[in-house]
Amino acid sequence: MAIEVRIPTILRTYTGGEKAVAGDGGTLADVLVDLDSRHPGLRDRIVDDKGLRRFVNVYVNDEDVRFMGGLETAVKDGDTVTVLPAVAGG
Amino acid sequence: MRYDSLVDSVGQTPLVGLPRLSPSADVRLWAKLEDHNPTGSIKDRAALFMIDAAEKDGLLSPGATIIEPTSGNTGISLAMVARQRGYSLVCVMPENTSIERRQLLEMWGASIVFSAAAGGSNEAVRVAKGIAAEHPDWVMLYQYGNAANTRAHYETTAPEILADLPSITHFVAGLGTTGTLMGCGRFLREHVPGIEIIAAEPRYGELVYGLRNLDEGFVPELYDASVLTARFSVGPAEALLRTRELVEQEGIFAGISSGAILHAALGAATKAVEAGVRADIAFIVADGGWKYLSTGAYGGTLEEAAARLEGQLWA
Repeated sequence: MAIEVRIPTILRTYTGGEKAVAGDGGTLADVLVDLDSRHPGLRDRIVDDKGLRRFVNVYVNDEDVRFMGGLETAVKDGDTVTVLPAVAGG
Repeated sequence: MRYDSLVDSVGQTPLVGLPRLSPSADVRLWAKLEDHNPTGSIKDRAALFMIDAAEKDGLLSPGATIIEPTSGNTGISLAMVARQRGYSLVCVMPENTSIERRQLLEMWGASIVFSAAAGGSNEAVRVAKGIAAEHPDWVMLYQYGNAANTRAHYETTAPEILADLPSITHFVAGLGTTGTLMGCGRFLREHVPGIEIIAAEPRYGELVYGLRNLDEGFVPELYDASVLTARFSVGPAEALLRTRELVEQEGIFAGISSGAILHAALGAATKAVEAGVRADIAFIVADGGWKYLSTGAYGGTLEEAAARLEGQLWA
């Protein structure tokens, strides 16, 4: 088993159109590095040198990682990571 | 209770316990029934405060035209207040919203400009800003950045909840403009040490996130992450399941976003039970289910209902 990472439509150019890809690592940061080895450029669209990009939200098992450990949030096999652009409501 | 007019009756909504969905006598859930407001949603509070503030600041004069981007509920509330006060209202609304929202807006006298489904409310905001630029005499209240939106909840919603539930440990609400969570969250943090402020954010189908690039994402100007203690993304399947549990087990006929909020509230309840601690969890029922009947949310299997919501702005 691995960690399932769900990719939003606008980033699927990096995953050959795949909606979800498998990743490995003990933290979210590790998983993003692992993904970038097979999907070059993907990581840079999600993080910059200051951390998560402003208009990108990342959830581990549906919880926003900004309220957990950020990029250092621990992940394990069987977890689901969801990447989504920020949208409005109201 | 007696009021001088309809707008004077906004707020003072009931807080009701959920005896069946609460896990134990020590961990209890409480629903703040915002569907009891005049147009049937929590947005009446923000709409009234924003119009009052604009009048006080001299932005609105008799006969003025208001323009606002909205997925529906704020527009409906603004339309009701605007008509009482003699203003015209133009709403910019995504086309993938329920038919009832359109019918209600038109009934209260608003005119509607539809924005493309792809991009959801982000696109409505973009279109509304463009129209406002072409009509400098129109007034955009701009719920995403208007401090009166947050203040409505700081001054009314949260004090009502605290008065009814002094033992509150968790507050859970939906995240759209972020006004409810920012206003209630700040007030409750000032009065209840250690309170948890939890956001439930609807997760829509892919069409809604169909932005051209990530730089076109949107974070409301009102949003201050430091007010929250946790934020959850809730998909349509979970939202529908909880919406149905709410009506089947507690008799509360709520809109779909309230199901998403209940889902996050139940998550907090489970954690409290596991930790063996007492909890009084207040959550917002933002509106009733009436405006969503046409979506088929309340009939058939959950899978069928979730499929019907694909591509819709259901919160």
